[in-house]
Amino acid sequence: MTNVKLMQGNEACTLGAITAGMDFYAGYPITPSTEVAEICATELPKIGGKFIQMEDEIGSIAAIIGASLTGRKAMTATSGPGFSLMQENIGYAALTEVPIVIINVQRVGPSTGMPTSPAQSDVMQARWGTHGDHPIVVLAPGNVKECFDLTVKAFNIAEEYRVPVIVLTDEVVGHMREKVVLPEPGSVTIVDRQKPQSRANYLPFAADQDGGVPLMASFGDGFRYHVTGLFHDETGFPTNRGDIANASIRRLMRKVEKAEPLIRDYFTESTDDCELLVVAFGSSAMSSLSAVRQARAKGIKAGLFRPKTIWPFPETVLDELAGRVKRIIVPEMNMGQLVLEIQRIVGGRAPVESLTKVNGELFRPEEVLEAIVGGRK
Amino acid sequence: MSESMKYFREQRLPHIWCPGCGHGTVTGALVRAITRLNLDKNKVVVVSGIGCSSRAPGYLDFDTLHTTHGRALAFATGVKLSRPELKVIVMTGDGDCTAIGGNHFIHAARRNIDITTIVMNNNIYGMTSGQFSPMTPKGMIGTTAPYGNTERSFDLANLAIAAGATYVGRGTAYHAKLLEDLIFQALQNKGFSVVEAVTQCPTYLGRRNKFGTVVDMLNWFKDSAVNVKAAAVMTPDKLAGKFLVGELYNKPDQEFTAAYDQLVAQVQRKFDSFKGGTRECAQNSD
Repeated sequence: MTNVKLMQGNEACTLGAITAGMDFYAGYPITPSTEVAEICATELPKIGGKFIQMEDEIGSIAAIIGASLTGRKAMTATSGPGFSLMQENIGYAALTEVPIVIINVQRVGPSTGMPTSPAQSDVMQARWGTHGDHPIVVLAPGNVKECFDLTVKAFNIAEEYRVPVIVLTDEVVGHMREKVVLPEPGSVTIVDRQKPQSRANYLPFAADQDGGVPLMASFGDGFRYHVTGLFHDETGFPTNRGDIANASIRRLMRKVEKAEPLIRDYFTESTDDCELLVVAFGSSAMSSLSAVRQARAKGIKAGLFRPKTIWPFPETVLDELAGRVKRIIVPEMNMGQLVLEIQRIVGGRAPVESLTKVNGELFRPEEVLEAIVGGRK
Repeated sequence: MSESMKYFREQRLPHIWCPGCGHGTVTGALVRAITRLNLDKNKVVVVSGIGCSSRAPGYLDFDTLHTTHGRALAFATGVKLSRPELKVIVMTGDGDCTAIGGNHFIHAARRNIDITTIVMNNNIYGMTSGQFSPMTPKGMIGTTAPYGNTERSFDLANLAIAAGATYVGRGTAYHAKLLEDLIFQALQNKGFSVVEAVTQCPTYLGRRNKFGTVVDMLNWFKDSAVNVKAAAVMTPDKLAGKFLVGELYNKPDQEFTAAYDQLVAQVQRKFDSFKGGTRECAQNSD
């Protein structure tokens, strides 16, 4: 029972990160993510880790990329405006294949927006916020325990595939307190990056062109290699050759595409026989789950599909469901972002309805229920 | 120079810089200073941002990190804080360091983090072919200042000193030996060190501003630079239109990563003693 704790989502993300081996944090204060920085400032020195409050979010993500290159598991946390500032260096980490984890506790935007209110409007920014085609993984916890679990998972994915991973929570998931049963120490699977054994013939960016992941040496360990945000060949040095850039972009994208079946994570409720499917993630899925259960009590064959990996989207799972439901409803606390991906996958086989909310409040279960029931008229 | 060649990635040469560019002279001064200190090449990390200057690390045989525009010092801060035993050097330019990277520059100085920053100041954005920078002298021509630059320029050394750098020097591509000596000193300062290396861009500054040849540009440095020691006995009117070279500031202070490591040790002592159930007053008063 010692592992049962009452905690908030931001705290669970931080504990998950430390459990995963995170020992370097750089961040800049911003509501509603600041607790992550505060806990890191308190806890990391105890375990010999490093905390630094940088001068801005651009510096924060730069510092964690630098730290990761020296072999550390490094993280930052932020919200809307700060996440916008980080975009350029997210692309840098994607191209240079440096593992990092970013916790983005979403709030209402654009601009300063409503700092203390939840939103889910960074879905597309998390996927496409930086310029250029690039690989990224985005995980969306739907409760406090999942903040812990998915932050561990975020580090494992970052380390295994050398990609930036974003944990996309929101103000409600981040600040909500729930009872959490923490796993026994030692029972959690931890993945560490693959390192080269010797400098002889080390090619820092050599990998199977079919989505392979290069071995990653740590700065300071005698490998003496070059890292650049320019397109580079397998030696790491810049090149202007279009054929190499083409192969690089395709390999980087293929890494995540190949990983999708292995990292795929989702929750379903009552989907075996459902005729109406609600697709929701994060805090919207909490209200949606309640609505689906209420609908079932009324005799409506409703079900819930809740992706926890939202980029890459668990496409084959939804594809199978889409073939046997009559209607799909997508509640999101934005003007309709993830719904576009769902419409793409469903491809017209069932009507896909977007249910939007942007007033800084959670969906009430009745609102989702109303959408479910309303459609049966 | 032959002894210094061990620090170069010879297979990466020749470099991309234009004929007559001063960046090779500055890079040579850095490598000669490193050679004098006989630094272990496995324990040096050179970080750069974007621009002509920032291509230099690619030619050096260390762990080298070519980052995003203006952010070299922020990446370098992560490297240094993570592994304080590494010697971290930043190579940057006037645009990279004082415009887009200005915020990271003043905060790295404020922290007094042990990073040696070489600012290759050619007074122009060279890589993008000649726009004025925050270091372009008033009145000079750039592609975005076709009628002459109307903005005031930074005094980089004074900026660094005011922000908290503990070692600051200025040399030029003409004063190559002085530059090497300043970098040699800067590398030994445990704290944030800045060496401004004034360097010529004949292609985009010189040509447009009718400097004549590369030699004329070097003579401009020779004629405009006054050693800080000589300047001490000169009158203000004699110093008008000149700039100072030499060691401009050298006051060591507590270094950031060392202070952080001390804090970690204190915190760990405190929590270790809690775990052991022996609360020693001396330790818990930290």
